[in-house]
Amino acid sequence: MRGWVVIAFLLIAACSGEQTAKPAYHATDNPERLSEWGMSGVSDGALRLAEGVTPYDLATPLFSDYALKLRTVWIPESQAATYDESEAFDFPVGTVFTKTFYYKQEGAAWTGAVLQAEGPVLSYNALPLEGVRLIETRVLVHRENGWAALPYVWNEDQTDAYLKRTGDVQRLTLVRTDGRAEEFAYLVPDANQCAACHATNATTRAIKPIGPKARHLNKPSTFVHGVNQLEDWMTAGLLTGDVGNAAAVPQNAVWTDETATIERRARAYLDANCAHCHNPNGAADTSGLNLEPDAQGPAMGFCKSPIAAGGGSGGRPFDIVPGAPDQSITVFRLQTTDPGAMMPELGRAVSHEEGVALIAEWIAQMDGNCG
Amino acid sequence: MKYWILAGAGLALAACGQKTEAPAADASYQETLMAQLLDAKPGDVIEIPEGTFAFDRSLSLTVDGVTIRGKGMDKSVLSFKNQVAGAEGLIVTANDFTIEDLAIEDPKGDALKISEAENIVIRRVRTEWTGGPKTSNGAYGIYPVQTKNVLMEENVAIAAADAGLYIGQSQNVVVRNNRAEYNVAGIEIENTFDADVYGNVATNNTGGILVFNMPNLKQPGARTRVFDNDVVENNTKNFGHEGTPVATIPAGSGVVINSNDYVEIFNNRIIGNKTANVIISSVYSSGISQEGMSEDFDAYPEAIYVYDNEMSGGGKNPDGLELQALKIAKFGPLGALPDVLWDGFVDPAKLENGALPADMRICIQNGDAEVINVDGPNEFKNPRVATADHDCALPKLPAVTLTGPLAE
Repeated sequence: MRGWVVIAFLLIAACSGEQTAKPAYHATDNPERLSEWGMSGVSDGALRLAEGVTPYDLATPLFSDYALKLRTVWIPESQAATYDESEAFDFPVGTVFTKTFYYKQEGAAWTGAVLQAEGPVLSYNALPLEGVRLIETRVLVHRENGWAALPYVWNEDQTDAYLKRTGDVQRLTLVRTDGRAEEFAYLVPDANQCAACHATNATTRAIKPIGPKARHLNKPSTFVHGVNQLEDWMTAGLLTGDVGNAAAVPQNAVWTDETATIERRARAYLDANCAHCHNPNGAADTSGLNLEPDAQGPAMGFCKSPIAAGGGSGGRPFDIVPGAPDQSITVFRLQTTDPGAMMPELGRAVSHEEGVALIAEWIAQMDGNCG
Repeated sequence: MKYWILAGAGLALAACGQKTEAPAADASYQETLMAQLLDAKPGDVIEIPEGTFAFDRSLSLTVDGVTIRGKGMDKSVLSFKNQVAGAEGLIVTANDFTIEDLAIEDPKGDALKISEAENIVIRRVRTEWTGGPKTSNGAYGIYPVQTKNVLMEENVAIAAADAGLYIGQSQNVVVRNNRAEYNVAGIEIENTFDADVYGNVATNNTGGILVFNMPNLKQPGARTRVFDNDVVENNTKNFGHEGTPVATIPAGSGVVINSNDYVEIFNNRIIGNKTANVIISSVYSSGISQEGMSEDFDAYPEAIYVYDNEMSGGGKNPDGLELQALKIAKFGPLGALPDVLWDGFVDPAKLENGALPADMRICIQNGDAEVINVDGPNEFKNPRVATADHDCALPKLPAVTLTGPLAE
């Protein structure tokens, strides 16, 4: 009932030329257009968030071919997520997340070339689109029967994104900060591939959000000056529950923060980029490799032989050879862009050179040997 | 300019009348099949028509109770030659799954992976890297892992850089009447309980049939019967990736048992494998770091029973300098290593009065086949023919019975 009203409102808005977005939870249908979710809309040269839609970011995010990301959450009025110390918060039915992947483009006209660069960020709930290329927006919605993941691909005119359940491959050229250019195949995941990462427990196969965990969100808010992001969520009524002593809330390092220890930075990076599969119940538990922040020893790769890596071994003996990043499979897998060997398996087509350097530096300072 | 999709580019090339010997792969089918896989409902049969179809990214199925059926392993071909994303051709994470009568060619990673699922039938599927054995090929052909109640029959697996037919961390498995050739490992049973492997042909692999346990995994494995197979001339040079467990398999290995327990090898034809027709070894012989091994891992092959196989022509030209030197020293330049090679590692914790308990021994009752203990624990200093030490018998294992929808 409520959904119909909202859609009707949107249609009217579209007809009258206005672009005011209003959030709508689609309980069963998968709208063809992203704008039908009403989380944001393009108007006056900017992607504008609807009222009640909260942007957020993570201490250390997943690397996605240098795409910039705008993350939002919307929770139906007068409801809230429940805090959890280690897992993703428990979000009520009706919650809608979006994650928009975009780049700063090279030049004024779109040529398919994108920059490795800090792009414009959201300010006053608007992302200015000048010089920006919107690629895709992924919607994660909590329905009665569980979470559903839906990929939307932005149109040529950059006015709206359209549902593409079978995903997409886009040929882009990455221009790195030092000017090196490389062509790559940007993958928009299909709906099953969304689940491949978001079903962090491969036995239950239940799809869940990955990012909104205490340790990822526990950082100064990028969007509200001077407060911690978790505090902001609580103040805004998005989050309830017993957070306990603020100092005891888990916190991942920012992977680029040189004031943090290399250990914490590296573990935060592996957590965000690997642990959705490499956890004790994840899709990669077949490998025996666990990259959650608390894993230690062979379980996290120390002198661990590969099991079913095939070409993923890169001809190296162990996941981590202490002191020797060039002999460590972990570094090879992060470096390579061979789809049959690289890690993560999905969502990366170029090498994250800065991330690889971090993991290499971490391994280089490790003591011990593999006997 | 509009970015283009690979599939589009493929079509454009094909449309330009470019000369091709093989029929041009049809790229337009990708979206159709992807949508069918996404929209599948339990009970659906997805029919793959005759033809060669090109894919640029991996396929996946997450719906229980689906059958994928082609028109034949040489007629319905899913080609991943131009794959740019995804670590396998098709990945299935769903129960009650049947796939039959099609081929998966040239994926960048594994061809067919089935993970955490039960009641699985894989029948008359061909997985092949069409350029022949190459290190750059994907790892596994047919790869069920963490599965239960699985039937793999009449498949053909060619040129995988790890194993052609591999089953890992699984339970209750029948692998029969398949053909594996030009893989590093032809058929590999790893960390799996209750597997029957029979009626298969493993030839021209580096190692024919492997029964392995690896450390650091959720479950070990035990109780595998390997019988009525032809394991012939698995002498292809090892083209596995250094660092992977199979990369240490010497070329010319017939049946290899590594750190597994309760394994029965009988009534096979094991012929012409130039290192040894049967190898029984511990993970200590396979280059795995003891630093990186979980403490509770049982590294020793125990309760191994090899009997009534037809064995001949093995051990004539072993792979690797050490074994080659051993052969020449003990058996002369024209001689051969015995049919059964054991690395000699024994769990000291299990010894009673210096010997393994009767039910944990390695028993060989195989006509005139001899056994060599290569003395691995002492760095191969005192290898000796030790056939008499293994003159014993073990209780036979029960047959594997497939259950539920796979019950026969």
